[in-house]
Amino acid sequence: MGDHHHGPAKGLTRWLFTTNHKDIGTMYLWFSFAMFILGGFFAMVIRAELFQPGMQLIDPAFFNQMTTLHGLIMVFGAIMPSFVGLANWLIPMMIGAPDMALPRMNNWSFWILPPTFLLLASTLFMEGGAPAFGWTFYAPLSTTYAPPSVTFFIFSVHVLGLSSIMGSINIIATVMNMRAPGMTYMKMPLFVWTWLITAFLLVAVMPVLAGAVTMMLMDIHFGTSFFSAAGGGDPVLFQHVFWFFGHPEVYIIILPAFGVVSQIIPAFSRKPLFGYDSMVYATASIAFLSFIVWAHHMYTVGMPVAGELFFMYATMLIAVPTGVKVFNWISTMWRGAMSFETPMLFSIGFLVLFTIGGFTGLMLSIAPADFQYHDSYFVVAHFHYVMVAGAVFSMTAAIYFWLPKWCGRMYNETMGKTHFWISFIGFNLAFFPQHFVGLAGMPRRIPDYALQFADFNMMSSIGAFIYGASQILFLYNVIATIVAGEPTSEEKVWDGAEGLEWTLPTPAPYHTFETPPAVK
Amino acid sequence: MTSQAATEYEKYYVPEKSKLAVCATIGLILSIFGAASIMNDMTFGDPEESTYSWSIFLIGLFFFMATLFSWFKIAIQENIAGLNSAQLKKSYVLGMFWFIFSEVMFFFAFFGALFYVRTLVGPWLAGDGDGGRMNGILWDGFEYAWPMMQTPQEAVGGATEQLIANNGAFTSAETSMAFADAHAWYAWLPMWNTAVLLTSSLTCHFAHTNILKGDKSKFNLWLGITVGLGIFFLFLQFMEYYEAYELFGLTLNSGIYGSTFFMLTGFHGFHVFMGMTMLLIQLLRSVIGKQFTAEDHFGFEASSWYWHFVDVVWVFLFLFVYIL
Repeated sequence: MGDHHHGPAKGLTRWLFTTNHKDIGTMYLWFSFAMFILGGFFAMVIRAELFQPGMQLIDPAFFNQMTTLHGLIMVFGAIMPSFVGLANWLIPMMIGAPDMALPRMNNWSFWILPPTFLLLASTLFMEGGAPAFGWTFYAPLSTTYAPPSVTFFIFSVHVLGLSSIMGSINIIATVMNMRAPGMTYMKMPLFVWTWLITAFLLVAVMPVLAGAVTMMLMDIHFGTSFFSAAGGGDPVLFQHVFWFFGHPEVYIIILPAFGVVSQIIPAFSRKPLFGYDSMVYATASIAFLSFIVWAHHMYTVGMPVAGELFFMYATMLIAVPTGVKVFNWISTMWRGAMSFETPMLFSIGFLVLFTIGGFTGLMLSIAPADFQYHDSYFVVAHFHYVMVAGAVFSMTAAIYFWLPKWCGRMYNETMGKTHFWISFIGFNLAFFPQHFVGLAGMPRRIPDYALQFADFNMMSSIGAFIYGASQILFLYNVIATIVAGEPTSEEKVWDGAEGLEWTLPTPAPYHTFETPPAVK
Repeated sequence: MTSQAATEYEKYYVPEKSKLAVCATIGLILSIFGAASIMNDMTFGDPEESTYSWSIFLIGLFFFMATLFSWFKIAIQENIAGLNSAQLKKSYVLGMFWFIFSEVMFFFAFFGALFYVRTLVGPWLAGDGDGGRMNGILWDGFEYAWPMMQTPQEAVGGATEQLIANNGAFTSAETSMAFADAHAWYAWLPMWNTAVLLTSSLTCHFAHTNILKGDKSKFNLWLGITVGLGIFFLFLQFMEYYEAYELFGLTLNSGIYGSTFFMLTGFHGFHVFMGMTMLLIQLLRSVIGKQFTAEDHFGFEASSWYWHFVDVVWVFLFLFVYIL
């Protein structure tokens, strides 16, 4: 075989049989965008129903299926795979590796996803309808009262976990084993650091989720009583096992976003990242704390007071490393030669809105106050500030930032900035009012509401439609860039960007760093 | 010009193209679709229809297994062909290590459930503490003890008497698997299981020290003994399940005690089966394929780590499921 410097294979088999980290990264990104559109469509259905009080378009059972599938698809189908796609594209290029450590397994991790989500989406057409118990699938809603399609849901979660675990093992092996000579841990770009820690979280908690759905499966089909008090079990046990997975899961979603922003803000501030070491330690602290705070999702289930207090204080501690990060980003911008291209706009949008989401999180962490906020639209507003304005904004920033490097073509800056402002306004219009209706007592996951919430809900729906529509602009901009964007061959597409990936030719060749670069 | 550094650098082997991932996916998706359909036919539908489900499941499983077989075969052939640099071998080591870590976390979920039930749920159901205020209304007369020999449902007089939604009949076992209930010490199977599995870990270690010395015949012998002990363990475990179901009345329906007992020992038994199969394959590779040298025996090493992991899980099982 010898030294080969050839391009990709032709046709469909290039994608089906590929072992190339860039191909796999591309597939992950397109797949996650497709899921983002599908999950977004479900969100539009939800917002259309909530446009006015009273029952408008769909019946409550279908509404529940929509909220459930929206959550599941956005978390497992859109956000997580999009960051895995980014990891695939960038980690080998950032650490000077020829590819991911285990390339065939990498391809398998991806190809599990499309048929699994097809299976999950097909539950909509099954007898009894799709899962309707919310993306958190609390027992006994998901066991005793579940539609038969729950079995397909359970097995889908199993194999999605398999895909995540394999993907994470691959990332851990790549980062630990494939760094170019001289690329010590503390020289790694922060995106690589955050993904290393994220991958560790995934390997640790995905099996726990598998355990939770396995207990459900056994309770439904084989007569066990894990979640049934009649047999000596406890429905609350489900919540403990689920949130032991679920809380680290939200950091799995947000830590790579932190990494992305930590790459972009220095580039457009033309300054090195402020407090690199503290960023690494803060990320690790957040990851550690994520394992001991899970029950703050369940303050109202009737835990002993000692439990409420422990989980309350532990949760509040998270504000410390998170604050370190926010201040570091601000300090990076301080007196920088800043410019405001689209990736930077999305990163600053991230910073502002994620901080709001963080503060509402702090409010929710206070156990006695949470008794009021619990399961209200306040919670919905909180986690959409973190998930959408946090994870999705940073993902969007990442696409604008690295796309020119990947395809050697520049996106349309005016269209990018327009996308940002429409997204920013649409997002805030959609979710800011939800804080108010939530505090005033509107419960989540209910297709109807009291009349006094009508105005804010209509605003919310209009904002959601605007935000949804702005993603079409994004899609158009990305396709237009790939097909007919202005060609660029500058290695450093952005003059302030630092890192090994910017030393490669533009567009990045199919195989990069087949011999490792020397890192000083 | 080729630089000094470039010639010394061992090339990291990146396979060109591979059908394995797509084939494995097809097998996996067919088998989970089939498995889910079988269970739904069983619980919600018409078991008559499950012939189709079984066919899909078995075809998928066969396809999946065949793919995995050829996957490992290719990986082994690449190693024999000398494609694997020291760096690539380290990737496999890391892969195996973190895979075992994920397995540890899987068991952690079930052990966590066991501890939660034993320390909190049980006493609450029996009326202790803040969590116990509903005992008088819901589970009047239920007293907590572990092993739980009477479910809350039976304490109130069966499924029909129960106030909250009825989601099944949870009958109680007559005899627990704990030592105190066993008839005589020599008839207590878990003790023999422990002895067998701990010994097998030791024999596995002997196999390892012998391959490091390059003594293939002793390696084969000790590895063979290890596989034999693994099979013997599975036989004893099968006997124990027979005992539980036929003699002790302990089933999956026996409330949370039966649930945790069978899920923990069942998943452990499944992992023993996997580990035993892995070791058996290494034995066949060694005896028939004449593979493995003192320097290059990662297939065996990875399987042996897995075997020790399974052994450690059993020690915890023995302590928390049978003894304490």
